[in-house]
Amino acid sequence: MAKKIIPKKTPMKEQSPEERKKNFNEVPLGYTEEEAILEARRCLQCKNAPCITGCPVEIDIPGFIGKIAEGDFKEAARIMKDKNVLPAICGRVCPQEDQCEKVCVLAKKFEPVAIGRLERFIADWEATQEKIDLPRIPLSTGKRVAVVGSGPGGLTVAGDLIKLGHEVVIFEALHKPGGVLVYGIPEFRMPKDIVQREVDYLLKLGVKLKTSFIVGRTKSVDELLKEFDAIYLGTGAGLPWFMNIPGENYKGIYSANEYLTRSNLMKAYLFPKYDTPIVRGKKVAVIGGGNVAMDSARTALRLGADEVKIVYRRSEKEMPARIEEIERAKEEGIISEILTLPVSYHANNDGWVKEMECIRMKLGEVDSSGRRRPLPIDDSNFRIEVDTVVVAIGQSPNPLIPETSPDIKVGKWGNIEADPETGKTSKKGIWAGGDVVRGGATVILAMGDGRVAAKSIDEYLETGVW
Amino acid sequence: MNEILEKSSLAYGIKLLKIKNPLIVQKAQPGQFVVIRLKETSERIPLTLQNFDRTSGTINIVFQEVGKSTKELGLVEVGDEIMDVVGPMGRPTELDKFGNVICIGGGVGTPEMYPVARALKKKGNYIISIIGARSKDLLIIEEEMRDVSDELYITTDDGTYGLKGFVTDALKEILLRSKKIDRVLAVGPVIMMKAVSEVTRPYKIKTLVSLNPIMLDATGMCGACRVEVGGETKFACVDGPEFDGHLVNYELLLQRLSTYLKEEKESMELFLKSHKGGM
Repeated sequence: MAKKIIPKKTPMKEQSPEERKKNFNEVPLGYTEEEAILEARRCLQCKNAPCITGCPVEIDIPGFIGKIAEGDFKEAARIMKDKNVLPAICGRVCPQEDQCEKVCVLAKKFEPVAIGRLERFIADWEATQEKIDLPRIPLSTGKRVAVVGSGPGGLTVAGDLIKLGHEVVIFEALHKPGGVLVYGIPEFRMPKDIVQREVDYLLKLGVKLKTSFIVGRTKSVDELLKEFDAIYLGTGAGLPWFMNIPGENYKGIYSANEYLTRSNLMKAYLFPKYDTPIVRGKKVAVIGGGNVAMDSARTALRLGADEVKIVYRRSEKEMPARIEEIERAKEEGIISEILTLPVSYHANNDGWVKEMECIRMKLGEVDSSGRRRPLPIDDSNFRIEVDTVVVAIGQSPNPLIPETSPDIKVGKWGNIEADPETGKTSKKGIWAGGDVVRGGATVILAMGDGRVAAKSIDEYLETGVW
Repeated sequence: MNEILEKSSLAYGIKLLKIKNPLIVQKAQPGQFVVIRLKETSERIPLTLQNFDRTSGTINIVFQEVGKSTKELGLVEVGDEIMDVVGPMGRPTELDKFGNVICIGGGVGTPEMYPVARALKKKGNYIISIIGARSKDLLIIEEEMRDVSDELYITTDDGTYGLKGFVTDALKEILLRSKKIDRVLAVGPVIMMKAVSEVTRPYKIKTLVSLNPIMLDATGMCGACRVEVGGETKFACVDGPEFDGHLVNYELLLQRLSTYLKEEKESMELFLKSHKGGM
């Protein structure tokens, strides 16, 4: 190969930390056409394309990048949408560094091709086009599929099955579709009009959507089974964990789910234009080291906090958040209080939290998660002054469906058990995937599960064999 | 969907809406609630069902206009549609033949008690109801409660109607002349439910109260509605809203209910300013 390789990714412009920490607008600004072509030309067009195997939904990555390099964006969009119905979302929130870009051949010597940025570019380019080409939908098979939950997994299943000619109805408990993409991930990382755009695309393909419909209450899974030939459960991880330490119910202490739902879904950051309020704390502590913790901390900053601390019991190396998210949070001035474990809270007379009592930790032997276990240091108690706390230590599946459908087998964490090869649950006609099976995972893994289940559902609808 | 079929004023600042929702009505049980969002910029607010009629496919909600959201809801007219109504939420009231049951409703808690008392009566229980309000003109759902009760007692704080005093005063009297009471249910202001629980505690009568903490999604997803029951944290939206009245930490509930006082005031002032003359 004679081509001279540019060693680094074409940079993507973004809002400066000083500017962005005061607004909820998206941080990275995307590639221009020239930048996208420049970056696409870095791709080696490998015949064996390890990047494709690195992608949970197996996008033809060299295929769409090759078309970008040629300037044929329309064809690039077609190739990408063939495998991924939600490219504008994946291009923004997928952990590419652990997937496609990790196995990019360039990455052995240089920086990998910026696959995520190119994916985002092509999705955003298509959105600016007046006419979007819709794929040809085959004649109706007459089979009906219910998708429970409109998060990334449910949307993927819906997109895959509608394209095969099945009738698809999505049931969403909240009033807006998108699941974690609308209630959880903040506007500055996942603009809500982009989620709506991707949902609108599915509706154009013929998917039906019922919001404010809570399966397990409005209708049970068994009732849906009478109306539908197959059901996909993509109900997510909607049960927030707390630490069960003294004082955790004082005013000003939120679960990350509540804090983010108020701000994102209910638009509390626009209060009083929107009616839902949120506590605009000045001294905020966020407990946890994952992406949700970073999102919460950066939200607190944008809501006007003077000081935001991430309180994490291990060291920064063990944080499960994407490195990029940790870096962005730091650039914005968020302080890491690592090797620190909250043990209790103290409140004022009115029941508002005013201090978080913590102990210091040290790292011991490697534990079952492959990370060094945090151990408490005796008599190391100290207090952090706070007026708002966000508990972002994880969540487990919402128990409503298992509770109301006891014949669907669940694991010890309340997660629904599903065959990883097919997504089938223990109950005939029911599939599941994403966080309701995995606990808290990622958008792309949920989409990968959706892809696997859609294939299995299609086979079942065709053959009738469970 | 969600069209307003009837609207009436039950008392000053207390309104009833009959809403068309053929889906929710099929599943609704006494003690359950719905969450409504009036329009795009509105909050989600939980409201308990006062009635549900499966043949007409309608549900009734009763609310007191206390803040912006309820004031705004009070402005909808017959024919309007509410943007979102979701439910039924929460665990239904346990219905069985217990024997002699006291059903207590205070203020806007009375409408919520009505379907509960009706269902318990249908199960063959002897229903002794106590309903209370600050004064006569604020007493609501009296006739409905009379219809489903074997005995009905009315209290008003100012003595303008029924016994002068609180529902607990009537409750104490009933317990003193004591027929055997098998269960007490109470819905109303937190202070009232707390007082009721204190009265029944020495008698060791199972007492259930329906809690009304701040809620957001009401699907168990956020924990805004955390309450402490017997020292354990529970989510009122999915574990409740009914809990053992003798085990509830009422102080915490009251404290948490005051979280957004400042914001509620701000919202209300803005609303009143923009509706000057119209109210």
